[in-house]
Amino acid sequence: MSEVIDRRIDRSHMQVSDEVAIQISRMNKWYGSFHVLRDIDMTVHKGERIVICGPSGSGKSTLIRCINRLEEHQSGKIVVDGIELTSDLKNINKVRSEVGMVFQHFNLFPHLTILENCTLAPIWVRKTPKREADEVAMHFLKKVKIPEQAHKYPGQLSGGQQQRVAIARSLCMKPRIMLFDEPTSALDPEMIKEVLDTMIELAEEGMTMLCVTHEMGFAQAVANRVIFMDQGQIVEQNEPAEFFRNPRSDRTKLFLSQILGH
Amino acid sequence: MSDTPAQTVPFVRDTMLPPAPPPASQAGALRWLRENLLSGPLNIALTLLGIGAVWYLLQGIVPWLAHSVWSADNLTQCRQIITDRWGEGATGACWAVIRERWTQFLFGFYPQHLYWRPTLAFALLFVALAPVLFARVPKKLLWFSVAYPFVAFWLLWGGSLFLPLTVAAGFGLGWAAFALLHRFGTIPAVAAAVLLPVLWWLLFAGDLSRDLTGLVGREVPFWLEQVRSDKFGGFVLAITIGVAGIALSLPLGIMLALGRQSDMFLIKTLAVSFIEFIRGVPLITLLFTASLLLNYFLPPGTTFDIILRVIIMVTLFAAAYIAEVIRGGLAALPRGQYEAADALGLDYWKAQRLIILPQALKISIPGIVSTFIGMFKDTTLVVFVGLLDPLKGITDAVRASTDWKGIYWEPYIFVGAIFFIFNFAMSRYSMHLERRLKTDHRQE
Repeated sequence: MSEVIDRRIDRSHMQVSDEVAIQISRMNKWYGSFHVLRDIDMTVHKGERIVICGPSGSGKSTLIRCINRLEEHQSGKIVVDGIELTSDLKNINKVRSEVGMVFQHFNLFPHLTILENCTLAPIWVRKTPKREADEVAMHFLKKVKIPEQAHKYPGQLSGGQQQRVAIARSLCMKPRIMLFDEPTSALDPEMIKEVLDTMIELAEEGMTMLCVTHEMGFAQAVANRVIFMDQGQIVEQNEPAEFFRNPRSDRTKLFLSQILGH
Repeated sequence: MSDTPAQTVPFVRDTMLPPAPPPASQAGALRWLRENLLSGPLNIALTLLGIGAVWYLLQGIVPWLAHSVWSADNLTQCRQIITDRWGEGATGACWAVIRERWTQFLFGFYPQHLYWRPTLAFALLFVALAPVLFARVPKKLLWFSVAYPFVAFWLLWGGSLFLPLTVAAGFGLGWAAFALLHRFGTIPAVAAAVLLPVLWWLLFAGDLSRDLTGLVGREVPFWLEQVRSDKFGGFVLAITIGVAGIALSLPLGIMLALGRQSDMFLIKTLAVSFIEFIRGVPLITLLFTASLLLNYFLPPGTTFDIILRVIIMVTLFAAAYIAEVIRGGLAALPRGQYEAADALGLDYWKAQRLIILPQALKISIPGIVSTFIGMFKDTTLVVFVGLLDPLKGITDAVRASTDWKGIYWEPYIFVGAIFFIFNFAMSRYSMHLERRLKTDHRQE
């Protein structure tokens, strides 16, 4: 199950604080008349690494996309880093610049070089001087182990490399929270590991992370909490060891048997 | 019973094969001919028919071109020369008409002693275009590109230097208002940036320009001999309208395309109605509106230059088409690009300017340039509102003269060739630009 995680995790910096990073209460969302998210209540503390899993269509992606308001919720309350998400554009952009997001299909900007992809938001949103932004970008590109690709275009990189660039691009904004929306689902098997390694490093540094993923090995090794969703609701949540050893609801058992048992 | 067929033997490759070159090409001229032209009875027949058609055309054109006459005073003399040289019944091109009247095709009835002014404006056009079109030209030249419309206006129409200067000052005023008020929010800044210049032009610009002119007198550095719009004609007219239309319709088209994609009902409705209305009526209708109807709506006594009116109409017309072309480019972008821009905290305008439009415009280049080419050719339609376009206006004027009555092909070929040069250049430039901006699959 965890053959992709082949190293010891350094847990010295993985500390969950009492400080609340994200507070979601009684949140509901509809697509037209379809009720996608139903009465979601969730508190994320600073430093938590949460893995959200569930069958497709269960609303897990929609949930994390609500956190930076790529999707609008219709009732309830979402407070991110002390800022409530309303239709106020200023608040939304403030939250978005504090919350990094990594997408399934990378969504790098194909007309910009890797370096430009990484410096664009710091320069235009944070008003960082270009030189400083370049330095920061190179620092993070080194961290994801592709500084030599800085002047290439996304189309010249492999999927795994592109996803690592996407992670570096988010990190350049120095976010407090990182959202991962199925970051390895579009990758070939041999590239999944390099992306997961990058995510593990991030977790080791104490980043608050919410990951929608089916990489149960990653969940077991890194997460402090696993949330299982179905039909727009949180069905079960527990710490990973308990979650995998002792799933309580039938839906969770069915889901786990489908993705783990072969 | 075994799972594997009897003849299957376990196999392990011990040496990897090196890449081998492809089989030597068997191509040769004869093979090419056989494959492309003579591959079957039908193709043989079609090839022969094609050769026949080309032969028939060349038979007419080649002698006509070979018998060209370059100097003659009039058509009768020209025909006489052809008959004398190549015998009774020979046909020949009479390019003497171009040699004698080419200035008219280029300048219309622009005063002869002032030909240098449109010529200079045309030459400066390339200086102004260079930093916009080519990446290697230093970007500081863009300042000249910004000033160029005013320089060109002054050179073409003449009059007081203070008229273009006060108009330009209006734009400067708008820009300054925007820069100063930006921190108080986008809406007041935009409102001020639009209202201040308009007020400036309506209330102060005219008087100020007149007063300043009165102050310094009609002396050379401040005053050029005025040329009225009805003296414009030929390619000076076509290029003036074409360049102005192209330069103005692109930004307007972009705004319309964005407006059509907007979430705001009012803006979307306005953009859609505008685009559908303009695309729904023929350009000539708009030109007639410009030349006739506008007079009814404007307060009596206002003079509103006819070329300016035509430029406005041509711009609106092209902008509606360009908006639709760009909308296609916008629709072709994956939603992920918008989401990634949003997720990084870029606001709407920054996301559009830095992420969305560069990609959408790149996709739309062929369509945009097609629209520009179409618009440049459509400038010949201004003949219907009494302006002397090169194709019909000037050609008719030439053919109406006693000397060249009856000449037919030569002027049209000449005008067509010049249009072709401009349009072909635009087409090649668009291909160059597509190659330059191609960043998606660089591994070839």
